[in-house]
Amino acid sequence: MKVAYWPGCVSRGFAPELHGSMARVAPLLDIELVELDRAACCGAGVIAEHNQELADTLNARTFALAQQEIAGGAELMMNICSTCQGAQSECQERLDGNTPYRDHVNATLAAEGLTYEKGITNKHFLWLLVEEIGLDEVRRRVKRPLTDLRVGPFYGCYIVRPSNRLGIDESHPRDTYLHQLIDALGGTVVDYAGQYKCCGFPIITMNKEASLKQAGRHVGDATDANADCLVTPCPLCHLNLDLQQPAAAAVVGRPLNMPVLHLPQLLGLALGLEPKELGMNKHVVKPSSVIDWTTSVVAAA
Amino acid sequence: MPDYTLRIRRYSPENGDAAHWEDFQVDLDGSRSVLDGVLQAKDREDGSIGIRCSCRAGICGSCGVRINGKPNLACRTHLDEAHARAADGVIVVEPMGNMPVLKDLIVDMDAVHWKKIQRVTPWLLPDGPPPEREYVVPPDNMIDVTQTMACIQCGACVSDCLSMEVDPLFIGPAALAKAYRFVGDPRDGHQEQRVRDLAEDPHGLYDCTHCFNCIEACPKGVAPMSQIMRLRRIAGDDHHVEDRNNGHRHEMAFVKNIEKNGLLHEADLLPDSYGGKLHPRAVPELVSSLPIILRALQRGKVTPAGALLHKHKAPKDVKRIFRDIEGREERYELNLYVAGEEEDAS
Ligand code: SF4
Ligand code: SF4
Ligand code: SF4
Ligand code: SF4
Ligand code: FES
Repeated sequence: MKVAYWPGCVSRGFAPELHGSMARVAPLLDIELVELDRAACCGAGVIAEHNQELADTLNARTFALAQQEIAGGAELMMNICSTCQGAQSECQERLDGNTPYRDHVNATLAAEGLTYEKGITNKHFLWLLVEEIGLDEVRRRVKRPLTDLRVGPFYGCYIVRPSNRLGIDESHPRDTYLHQLIDALGGTVVDYAGQYKCCGFPIITMNKEASLKQAGRHVGDATDANADCLVTPCPLCHLNLDLQQPAAAAVVGRPLNMPVLHLPQLLGLALGLEPKELGMNKHVVKPSSVIDWTTSVVAAA
Repeated sequence: MPDYTLRIRRYSPENGDAAHWEDFQVDLDGSRSVLDGVLQAKDREDGSIGIRCSCRAGICGSCGVRINGKPNLACRTHLDEAHARAADGVIVVEPMGNMPVLKDLIVDMDAVHWKKIQRVTPWLLPDGPPPEREYVVPPDNMIDVTQTMACIQCGACVSDCLSMEVDPLFIGPAALAKAYRFVGDPRDGHQEQRVRDLAEDPHGLYDCTHCFNCIEACPKGVAPMSQIMRLRRIAGDDHHVEDRNNGHRHEMAFVKNIEKNGLLHEADLLPDSYGGKLHPRAVPELVSSLPIILRALQRGKVTPAGALLHKHKAPKDVKRIFRDIEGREERYELNLYVAGEEEDAS
């Protein structure tokens, strides 16, 4: 399937291994990524905090660009960042919910010849995997089941709250998709206290101690639950959980050594790619320093 | 009548026992509330179960508890819904979080929630003498604050506030929503002082981590986090409060970064959040972040050429949008709570 692909900024900036691993995994699932390379940052909630109309207009522009691709054969818009999903869903809720407002935003876009039509489908890769491709299909393509790998899902905030805005209901239990995916890949799901909590990233420059305490606690909880690694659908969570993990360890006063994988990395491993191809050597907590791939994953191949 | 199992968290300070779970069977129709269930258990099995309630109709805000791990009003949650969402079919009822438990399902609202509400001076502070007749408030202004006036002080948002979990001094969602109720009221004469005070408090406006838990928790649609974001806009953009928490500087650094680059360039963001690379605040912060940045460099995560200078292909169009919208006389803010739902026009 062809998708209008919004990679976000962090996946091309501080977490390039996310964008890279997504590009590796896509062909293995017959996903063709048409990158929206003229789209601008979704604002991560910060632009909306500054000026709602600005965030709504920037994202309406992204949606309009995606709709051009959809008209050209893409099935929907896809992103790989929970924060993009949350921030864009929030803008979409306002744009779709009020016609005069949408017209007003479109008037700004008109200078560029763009129009956003109500009702775009914009799904995080995680949702696309479960709802479009289907976990049975994913399961069929697994080459190296993650047998014996104990994976803690870290959902964070933007992809699960508020649940009505994110379309979470009985028929779309999107707050369980990481669980389902880990299971489909042959891994063992490890539940722990912080899996739906905040990594603390948004306040890292304002209240560093509180921010790192959040990250440190969740990683510590996962450690206590004997997880081998965490998986997250959000590159910003990854920054606080992996890049900042040594600092978080100092704040919570306990040693931490928990690898944190991006969603396409975990998937890629199971689809037979090598840790290095997936950029896993780029993490601060090296997955290979903690997980013995020969016994956890590779041996089961 | 269907049977439901309630698993209630019990704790009594006087008997010295640790908190523990107890199961109770209730036979009530599924459309009855979890509160009705707890009251039946109290009536039939154990009169010592502690829970607060009064109106039983979602109005008084007394009966906040956690049901299956999520905060809500016990009187507003139907047994069948709670059962549908319960793991293993057992409805778990426990006291709210972030507040000390007094007994069973009763938490100390005074020690946390009400103290924080008082912190924001929750009454009108008009400027000058009152008008001869009544105050006249334009309806639009009144509608604007109705969302925050809908708060029934149940504490559900406070219970699951993730910033408060790590920083108990955080003023928190309910109190900050209450602060907007007065900041947004044209009869109040202390808008600037109010937002300045909240922005400068290290546990104030900029201590919210944007986790949406309060929006998710609130049974009245108050959306405290959205009110906090509105307070930030008023503090930073209307009153130019350069708070010592770097909140506004960070926001502006982010916005300018996107305006300039179209995409976020993290390398500039950190120093800019502290007022630019040479700002006195930036230096210690950069030094303390150095080990982390170095570690990222060492892992090949951050390379100046490839990763940080990701070029944007339509910078002109993005800049124009910034110019157009930032140049408006007034911010245009759509609030769907106020605008209401649209009939499907198509
Ligand atoms: S959320 Fe992050 S990655 Fe997504 S577009 Fe915005 S800044 Fe970029
Ligand atoms: S966990 Fe952190 S980065 Fe992830 S969504 Fe929440 S705040 Fe954002
Ligand atoms: S969004 Fe802010 S105020 Fe609301 S629960 Fe999260 S941290 Fe607390
Ligand atoms: S804001 Fe909502 S959840 Fe918080 S106290 Fe008020 S009514 Fe309760
Ligand atoms: S008893 Fe009054 S709100 Fe539940």
